Order: sequence, then C-alpha cells, then structure tokens
Amino acid sequence: MSLWLTLAVNSIALGGLLFLLSSGFSLIFGLMRIPNLMHGAFFMLGAYFGVTLLWKGVNFWLAALLSAAAMALIGGLIERFLLRRLEGQVLPQVLLTLGFAFIVGDVCLMLWTGDPWQPATPAHLRGVMQMAGLYFPLFRLVIVLVAGVIAIALWLLVDWTRLGAMIRAGVDDAPMARVVGIKVSRLFTLVFALGAALAAFGGVMGAPYLSVYPGLDFEMLPLALIVVILGGVGSLLGALVGSFLIGFLYNFGQALFPDLAYVILFLPMLLILVLRPQGLFGRVVP
Amino acid sequence: MAVALIGLLSLPVWVGNTYYINIASQILLWAVLALALNVLVGYAGLVSLGHASLFAMAGYTAALLLDAGYNHGTADLVAIIITLLTAAVFAVLALRATGIGFLMITLAIGQILWGIAYRWASLTHGDNGINVLTRPAPFGISLVGASSFYDVTLGVFLIAVVSMARFVRSPFGASLRGTRDQARRMTALGYNVWLIRFLAILFSGFWASIAGLLFLYHNKSISPQVVALTTSAEALLMVISGGSGTLLGPMVGAALVVIMKNVVSAYIARWNLVLGVIFILIIRCMPEGLVPGSVRLWRVGWQAVRARLNGWAMRPAGERTP
Amino acid sequence: MTALAVTALCKSFGGLRVVINVDLVVEPGERRLIIGPNGAGKTTLFNLITGEIAPDSGAIVLFGRDITRAACRKRAHLGMARTYQIITLFPHDTLLRNVTLALLGLSPLRWNALLDLDRQQHLTERAREALSRVGLETISDRPLAQTSYGERRRVEIAMALAQNPKVLLLDEPFAGLSIDERREVQKLLATIPRTVTVVMIEHNMDVALDLADRITLLHFGEVIVEGTRAQVVADPRTREVYLGA
Repeated sequence: MSLWLTLAVNSIALGGLLFLLSSGFSLIFGLMRIPNLMHGAFFMLGAYFGVTLLWKGVNFWLAALLSAAAMALIGGLIERFLLRRLEGQVLPQVLLTLGFAFIVGDVCLMLWTGDPWQPATPAHLRGVMQMAGLYFPLFRLVIVLVAGVIAIALWLLVDWTRLGAMIRAGVDDAPMARVVGIKVSRLFTLVFALGAALAAFGGVMGAPYLSVYPGLDFEMLPLALIVVILGGVGSLLGALVGSFLIGFLYNFGQALFPDLAYVILFLPMLLILVLRPQGLFGRVVP
Repeated sequence: MAVALIGLLSLPVWVGNTYYINIASQILLWAVLALALNVLVGYAGLVSLGHASLFAMAGYTAALLLDAGYNHGTADLVAIIITLLTAAVFAVLALRATGIGFLMITLAIGQILWGIAYRWASLTHGDNGINVLTRPAPFGISLVGASSFYDVTLGVFLIAVVSMARFVRSPFGASLRGTRDQARRMTALGYNVWLIRFLAILFSGFWASIAGLLFLYHNKSISPQVVALTTSAEALLMVISGGSGTLLGPMVGAALVVIMKNVVSAYIARWNLVLGVIFILIIRCMPEGLVPGSVRLWRVGWQAVRARLNGWAMRPAGERTP
Repeated sequence: MTALAVTALCKSFGGLRVVINVDLVVEPGERRLIIGPNGAGKTTLFNLITGEIAPDSGAIVLFGRDITRAACRKRAHLGMARTYQIITLFPHDTLLRNVTLALLGLSPLRWNALLDLDRQQHLTERAREALSRVGLETISDRPLAQTSYGERRRVEIAMALAQNPKVLLLDEPFAGLSIDERREVQKLLATIPRTVTVVMIEHNMDVALDLADRITLLHFGEVIVEGTRAQVVADPRTREVYLGA
C-alpha cells in the first residue's frame, strides 16, 4: 500500500514540476509557433543558478524568484535580438535554439562541473505531514501547491487580464492581432521571457527533489514536448492535465515496467498525434 | 570538382596519419546520413528529429545478428531491410501531420526506440552497447586497416552522392520538391502527395541505414548514445548549417560537426560551446546555410569588385589614379 | 451528356452552412460565370468540385461519371483543371519548370527517379508551347521570382491549359490585374477552344460578362438566379443581392 502511495505522491510532485516546465513551452509554442528546443536548457540553467544562490545561503523562495528573473532576462534578450528576425522560418529557429542549448549545456559543465548537485530541502519545508493516518513528505506536497498557485495565477493572467486577452488574440491569429494594433513583437518577447522564467522556477523548485546534473536539459525537453502534445498546444489546462498524467505514467511506468519505461511515456503522445493531433484540450488549427 | 575528387581519392596517401584518415572516414559516413536526412528536410520540406534512430536501427540489427553468429552479408542485408520497414512505420505515423507535427512524431518515435535501446537490456545490452569484432570483407577486400576502410567508405559515399544527384534531377525529385512548395496544388495537378512523401522517406531511410552500417563497422560497436535525441539533433544541424536543399551543404555541415567533435575537442574541451556559437553565427550571417550563404556572399563580393572596376573605368583618363 | 452536373450539393463548416443545395449543370463547351458577393460560397463550391474538400451531401458528375467520392488527384486525371484565386505557383523554379510540373502530374514519368527531367523533350516542348499560348515564351527560362503579378496570372492559366482539360475552373482569373493586363487575359480566354468547358468565378463584371454564355448567381451559399446574361441582369433578385434589399 505504502509503495503505491509513495509513487502517487512522487507522481503529483513530478507533475507539478512538469507543469512549471511545460506551461512556458506551451505558451511559447502556442503564441509564437516556435519549438523552443532550448527550454530544457532554461530549466537546467535556472536550477544551477538557484542552487548556487542556495549555497550562498539565500532564502529558497528568493533564490527561485531571482533565478526566474535571470532566465527571463536571458530569454528576453535572445528573443529580442536573435529569434525575432527568424519569424516563420522553422529551420533557422531550430538551429538557433539548439545552438543555444549546446552552448548552455557546455557553459553549465564549465561552471558547475560534471557532478550532480542536490541542495538540501529548505529547513522550513522538511519533514512530513500527517493526513488520515498516513505520512507524506512535506516538500513534495509543497511543490504541488506551488504549481497549483502558479497555474491559477497564469489562468487569471490569460483569461482575465488585458495582457492575457492580447496573448490569446496572438495565439489565434497573430497577423490579425497586429492589424488591430496589438504590439505582437513585444508580446513575443514577453511571453518568451515568461516561459524561460517559469522553467527556471521549476528547475529550482525541483532541485532538492531531482537534483541538477549535466544532461538534465535534454532529459526534460522531451517531457515538456510530450505534455504539450498530449494536453494541446497553447492550452494551460492541457498543460496541467498533461503534466500530471505524465507524472503518473513516468513513476508508475518505471516501477512496473522498468524495461519499457520510456516506451510507456511516449506511446500516448504518439497515439494522440496520430488520432487527435490537436491534443486533449487544444484547438484545431486549420 | 575533379581536383576535389582526386584529393579525396588519394587522401590516405597525403594524410598518412591514421587518426586523420579515420576522421575523414567519419566525415564521409556522417555526410551520407546528412544527405539522407536532407532528402526529407531540404527536398520534401519535412523536418525529422528522429533520423538517428534509423541510422542506429541498422547498426543494432547488424550487430545483434553478428553476435548471434550470422555472417556479414546476411547481417547487413537484414539490417537494411529492417531499417526500411522501420522507415515505413515512421512514414505511416509521421505523415499524419506535416510541419511541426511531423517533427514531433519523428521525435517521439526516435525517443521510443532510444528507450528500447537503453532499457531493454536483455535485447540490446543496454548502456554497454554491443561490440562487433570483425569488419566485413566485401569481395574479399579486408577492411581492417584505416586506409582500406576509408577507400570503401569513399566508394560508398560517391555512390550515394551520384544517387542523390540523379534523384534531385529526376521527375520524382521535382515532384518531391513540388510537394514541399505547394502540396495542395500538387494534389490538384494529379500527384499523390502522400505516396511521394512515403517513398522519399524510404529512400532516405535506405541511405541512413547504409550510413549506420558504415558507422557500426568503423566504431566496431554501437551504443544507445547513437539513438539519442542529441544525435538526431546533430544530424539535423549538419543539414541546416551546411544548407538544406543543396547537395554540398549537408557534406559541409557533416565535416563541420565531425571536425569540431574530434579534432577541435582535442584542443578545446568545451567544443560543444564552440559549435553552438558557430551555429548562432551561421544563423546571423547566413541563415540559409554555409554553402548557399557563401555563394551569396561571393556573388555580392564579386559584384562589388566589378562595380568598383567599372566605376574606375568610367572616369575620364586623366583622373584614373589607382 | 453534360460536361459537369452538380446536384443538391451541401457543405457546412461547424454550424455555418456555406453551400446550400446547389444545383449546377454545365453543357460541353459552355462558358459559365459564377458570381456573387463576398462570402457567397463560390470558392468553396470550386473546392468541392475539384475534390479538395468533401461535400456533406449531394453529387458531382463529370461527363457522366460520378466523381463525388473521387480523390482530388484522380479528378485531374479525369480532365479537370483549375486556377487559384491566390497565386500558388512554385516559387523556386523557372516558368518552364512550373508548367512542366503541371504536365508531369498526368504522366507516369512522375514516378521515375533516374532520368533527368530537363532532358525530357516531349514534356519541355509542350510546356514551351503552353507558355507561348499565353504569350510568355520569351521569358520561359526566367525564375518565377523575377516575374510580375500579371505574368504569374498568365502562368497559372498556362499550367491549367497545358493539362488539356475537359473542364477548366478559373477562380478569379482577373484578380489584382491592371486594366491592360485584364485585356490581355480576356483575349487569352477568348482563344480557348470550345472543346474545353469553362466555369469561371469572377467579381470583376465588365470583363467577365462578355465571356459568359450563362451566369449563376450565388448568395449565402444558395443559387439565387441562373440564366443568360440578359436574364440575370433583368432579374430583380440580382439587384437585391448586390444592393441589399
């Protein structure tokens, strides 16, 4: 019994982290149609950054926020000065984002060496919580809570603010949005920065749980892709549902069928792509 | 062109050093993979992030068969056939979409195959990979030495290049490019767009399998790393950085990546970083790729020179001071 | 036998009914003009006839052969050709190659991966011929990127004519052309032999009306009026549609 429970808790924790990772990817892909192949790199670099701050004694939440801000800045600059001129050209976008992913990977290797870093769980978040006679590790629940808070915040942003309305307009029809006066280019930069920030935040949050190590970027990237494909591009609800779905598939898959763990992960994505290409909650783009 | 050919053919002679001959062999075999991928990326307009898995499928199949005791001829032939079947499966699934959807599906299938290679250790020896003890001896020629391996690889490479050149100039090649540019109109003109793309994927898969076999015999081993996303990404980068849609582009791209990986890495530990920077520079200055970009810059430079000369010639005789 | 017979054709997108119970009968050699305000469903009707989209109900018969379920590419082989409202040519190729591709689509040679396409004289000669029919033979070897809009419109028509179609569907062939260019195209269309049946969508009345034998007026997906030019012009419903009563 307790094995399943542990797996379940780990699953929702992973789900929470995946949401932080993939919500940004979904926004970027949904709005800008750019497959951001450096998204995993944002996650990893943000994690390393945060871990260094933690090492220096910075408060956990502050470290996460600062890291997010740093990635937002880097992402924004990359978008503004390099990605912007490549609008509509898939191949150069792929080359550019992959190129940066390579650069980030090596920079991290240079600055933080090849050993994995795992910061201790912040003191005030350690321990267990008791519910209904069962014990749950507090930190993992906190991850889910934070992911949930951010999900609500994003939902409020997208559905209730003017900025969100502009983003939705851009996702639906970017040229038309421009015609109506929406500064789509600035929106792009903002969304790209936001996506990077979310990924970085997720990286720091996940560091005590997943640790940070070289190769994390290219391990997380396919996961973000699966979540977004499953959930539907541009849909935050889809990213939420998809993240938890994948969290469960990953953990239970690993436990039950270790040999085929990866297959279990990718098969649903493949099925969705073949049977319902717009994902569970995405909109059909003609 | 003839000079380049002679240079390539006599390479083992003037290079001498085994290490560099091996590098040259690697460049050639990766160039074959890049050319194969270019059929899809450059001519069909279909970007695949899973091509390493076709490459590796051939290698793994041959390795497993050799391990089980079959001879080279059988192992290689079966490997090619299995890879073609895999390519067919790829095609049927991935052609449900185009554009980004195609990219995602190829990535997904590639990852599934990687997962199998990595985790299904009882079949694939997992992380350890499979070691191959002998190289084949086609027509009795031993490939043990770096030089002779290079010669055979060069031969295969040249056949690949001729085959691609033929393909590009053929009616089928023109149809394929047509589907890239105006798929809807092609259908209205009577073409079977799906079938054209399917056959192109098979053609691409065939050459990817050849490259995979060359890789297996060059390295004498194969491991899950070959099936990883990063390998597919590198192949794609070879095509894009060199210039998709040209024949020379993928070759140049392959040379760039292989040289960076092997030669430069001896001097600079963080060669990935350098490679990444080079890619960024290529995007900034020559987004269409090294080969088309160089041609463009050459033309621009030449025109500037000619304009200068003309301007100079136009001035009255007395004013002409160099 | 009629050239093209469309019966009770219906198409909806989601809740929006775009083509409602359209009947259309075109005789061999006829010149039929389809007119109607924007959003009348004219291009959708064309897309249904060529097979690019499937109808919800109804039938399409081409020279006695039911093609309602036939794939789009098959219809080209059965003698149907069309031009597009938005120019959809092959941007990286020469004019000659553009027309050659149109010819290649109907030839079994299109599956050949060994021969050199440029050396297939029988195709390239016919392509040049098609280009000269539209007056572009002098620039056959020019890349498409270096041609004017008017020239590209003529290439579209050359491609369609090169296929030797039995039924030619022209979707706004005069769109975006200058007055002189329109006259050129008008003259060109007049030279099409009566062995080819022509169905044309057009907004630009002055040029189109001269070419038409019969006119069909569509509005909100339905056929409102049909008849000769005189009949349609005189019909009060025509005025209603255009001036909105």
